Amino acid sequence: MHVTLNVWRQSSNKVDGHFETYEVADINEDMSFLELFDVLNERLLDKEQDPVAFDSDCREGICGMCSMMINGQAHGPETGTATCQLHMRKFNDGDVITVEPFRATSFPIIKDLAVDRSAFDRIVESGGFVDAPTGTAGDANLTLIPKAVADKAMDAAQCIGCGACVAACPNGAANLFTSAKLMHMNLLPQGQPQRFDRAINMVETMDAYFGSCTNHGECQAACPKEISIDFIALMNKDYAKAQLKNRATASQK
Amino acid sequence: MSKVSSPDLDAKIPQGSMAEKWDNHKFASKLVNPANKRKFEIIVVGTGLAGASAGATLAELGYKVKAYCFQDSPRRAHSIAAQGGINAAKNYKNDGDSVKRLFYDTVKGGDFRSREANVHRLAQESNNVIDQCVAQGVPFAREYGGLLDNRSFGGAQVSRTFYARGQTGQQLLLGAYQALAHQVALGNVEMFPRTEMLDIVTKDNRAVGIVTRDLVTGDIQSHSAHAVVLATGGYANAFYLSTNAMGSNVTATWRAHKKGAYMANPCYTQIHPTCIPASDDFQSKLTLMSESLRNDGRIWVPISKDETRAAADIPEDERDYYLERKYPAFGNLVPRDIASRNAKTVVDEGRGVGPLKNGVYLDFSDAINRLGQSVIEERYGNLFEMYERITGENPYEVPMRIYPALHYTMGGTWVDYNLMSTVDGLFVLGEANFSDHGANRLGASALMQGLADGYFVLPNTIGNYLAPLLGEKIVPTDAPEFVEAENAIHDQIDKLISIGGTRSPDDFHRELGKILWDNCGMERSKESLEKALEEIPKLRDEFYKDLRILGSDDEFNQTLEKAGRVADFLEFGELMVRDALHREESCGGHFRVESQTPEGEALRDDENFAYVAAWEYTGDLTKPKLHKEYLEFEEVHLAQRSYK
Ligand SMILES: Cc1cc2nc3c(=O)[nH]c(=O)nc-3n(C[C@H](O)[C@H](O)[C@H](O)COP(=O)(O)OP(=O)(O)OC[C@H]3O[C@@H](n4cnc5c(N)ncnc54)[C@H](O)[C@@H]3O)c2cc1C
Repeated sequence: MHVTLNVWRQSSNKVDGHFETYEVADINEDMSFLELFDVLNERLLDKEQDPVAFDSDCREGICGMCSMMINGQAHGPETGTATCQLHMRKFNDGDVITVEPFRATSFPIIKDLAVDRSAFDRIVESGGFVDAPTGTAGDANLTLIPKAVADKAMDAAQCIGCGACVAACPNGAANLFTSAKLMHMNLLPQGQPQRFDRAINMVETMDAYFGSCTNHGECQAACPKEISIDFIALMNKDYAKAQLKNRATASQK
Repeated sequence: MSKVSSPDLDAKIPQGSMAEKWDNHKFASKLVNPANKRKFEIIVVGTGLAGASAGATLAELGYKVKAYCFQDSPRRAHSIAAQGGINAAKNYKNDGDSVKRLFYDTVKGGDFRSREANVHRLAQESNNVIDQCVAQGVPFAREYGGLLDNRSFGGAQVSRTFYARGQTGQQLLLGAYQALAHQVALGNVEMFPRTEMLDIVTKDNRAVGIVTRDLVTGDIQSHSAHAVVLATGGYANAFYLSTNAMGSNVTATWRAHKKGAYMANPCYTQIHPTCIPASDDFQSKLTLMSESLRNDGRIWVPISKDETRAAADIPEDERDYYLERKYPAFGNLVPRDIASRNAKTVVDEGRGVGPLKNGVYLDFSDAINRLGQSVIEERYGNLFEMYERITGENPYEVPMRIYPALHYTMGGTWVDYNLMSTVDGLFVLGEANFSDHGANRLGASALMQGLADGYFVLPNTIGNYLAPLLGEKIVPTDAPEFVEAENAIHDQIDKLISIGGTRSPDDFHRELGKILWDNCGMERSKESLEKALEEIPKLRDEFYKDLRILGSDDEFNQTLEKAGRVADFLEFGELMVRDALHREESCGGHFRVESQTPEGEALRDDENFAYVAAWEYTGDLTKPKLHKEYLEFEEVHLAQRSYK
């Protein structure tokens, strides 16, 4: 196969970036999209040109490190797939492919296609945990958790924190990411004691870093784990309840 | 048969019966009182399962922690990719499991090359690990009654594996990461992401800090502390192609090795039988398909090496179900190493399948006929989907193609019962140490070990080292030891950049990987290992003559990062081969062609090799010094494995 790549090049966030065009010939359709970039980089290095910086680690769609806008779509055209699991057979010989970093003001560019997503860590630090210091736990089977609850919490918990939801959102909102983490905790019995404070803290931290959600739904379409925007609705409910809830009566139905 | 271990390798195994050792040790250990803990600073390098759990727990206890990882967030460590599950001796299924049985299985599974006392402690702590994870909100799979579900994994005869869909590692890591993030928010942990440790700093054979490179700005920085913990993962990527994440590397433990930390059993590597074969030379990593597939899939190759027909067109009597044929009792469920070696044999015979003839079939058609497609879909749906995504082939219609790949490394930094290396104050946890799996690791036991080390072992043993240091100040980072280490790092980076050759770090890495895979992979012989010992130093020389790195050291420079890691693999790889050459027995994942039974099975030599081989760096890569820690088996009696 042969493809033409228009790739965003920007040596740091202190300078302006631009597109650079590369012809990449003789590639194999079984390659992943990141392997295409490995090949491009080897060839650039051969020509003494600076390789394209991009993030990746597990290459199995689970670490959330890779982050490319491919033809305007976060992680490219295949649904439910991170860039590392997108293969060249999904493209045609002769295609022109535009590749940019995940764009959002809250994700400053480090170099080329690599961005800084540490604002996500700030959201988790503000409340995305159960306060259960090591050694304090009772027997794991002491608290029964209905299967449906555990499954739903797992649906939320599978978020890989890649930031595709933010990159896809016209407002650069992080509501899908935040609600996935919040509802993972808030659906489970273990999460109940801190449920309402968690909702307030995480939502407010999110608002401090990211844009606002206006229900476009682009996030759900871009999510490589196909996390549902229902979690955003659940988050909004918990946040609203949290404003009024008397914490001292929280354990009453 | 007791032989005397090297005086440098005092394992500090506690007194008492096996079941009492850990309690006795905790009771005899010195304590740091709660008000004094904040006077101690601890560096934790690596925030995968082992590092994040250790960092969070130490901070909860009151220590001041600084933690480092090379990814942009601790949540992305390689641990995230573990699929299958985590073991514990809960016996929730009432099927006869116990701490004792998990201990036995692990010592036996490790082919009698691990330290009994450590393994027993691991089995004891396994239950606390599950309790801890559940308390944090890890969404393990549940049964309809709301209880935790368990399954049998990797041939175990009891169901002791806890899992969260096919994403167990992810959920466990997120639990540990969140606990760590909480401590960051409280100001007890200072987190340094996108930061790579390039050296440890010692003073009077004590670890007093580290030197790091900020991967975004290129700044070289020193960090000082009372103790240093490495939880930097395994070295499977020495082989270039493995199931490990792209960034997994040996740099931290190798550089610690050069500062005095002995490296134990580097030749013990685990090859996983069910991975997707490589499709071309640019393959960057191999993807693991869960071992559970072997429960219903049948493994075969054509009898004839000239076979060209599609799988479905090959009649039954022209197929060789070689595992079922050779191991009628266990069939397709033989242990990982046996399944792997047999796949290699048939592929080497020219009977491999697929366009490159580099795989074997894993065929579900019988299971689909017997159970119906919907049952298979329910059991393995996500795996089938993943397979199709990667290969473009639908495994409901054509058999999967699989081949073994490097997966896990049992060897690592030598540590005593306290998890302290031969450098005082340098502790090593998780896959980075050598301690619990002997020559072979059982499925679902790495996650258990990483979390046991981090949540429960280190936080209890580190006090012993720290207590006598109360009142001592950390060594200032402008002390000569730090300045010297920083200068050495600057020199090394300058040296790499100034080579100005023509080949990329990846190119050298690929070549090293091939040398190791061909000569120190599934089968090793004196001849193949000696060949590798000729080739590796040549390749290393070539590397220092012909490496090309563009750009500078004061920017985000991924070629430079890789070059540093490859430089270390090129040195470490040689030690691995030397270790494999010296161990003239087969055990666990280490199969020496010269040491096999008449039936072609691995043959251990307990008389001569029932020891841990711990190598000391002497400054000369051709002459590492061997130290032996002899292993005593008080509880589990030495016996040869048999899966016939
Ligand atoms: C595909 C796959 C599936 C697996 N499935 C299972 C399973 O089902 N069950 C099971 O028990 N085990 C499984 N394993 C094994 C298990 O996942 C690992 O052994 C375990 O997660 C290792 O954890 P760790 O904390 O020791 O290291 P890692 O998770 O590898 O973490 C290493 C950390 O060190 C950091 N680091 C490394 N070098 C440096 C440096 N120089 N400077 C700064 N930071 C550094 C990294 O950033 C990272 O944070 C699997 C492994 C693979 C590859």
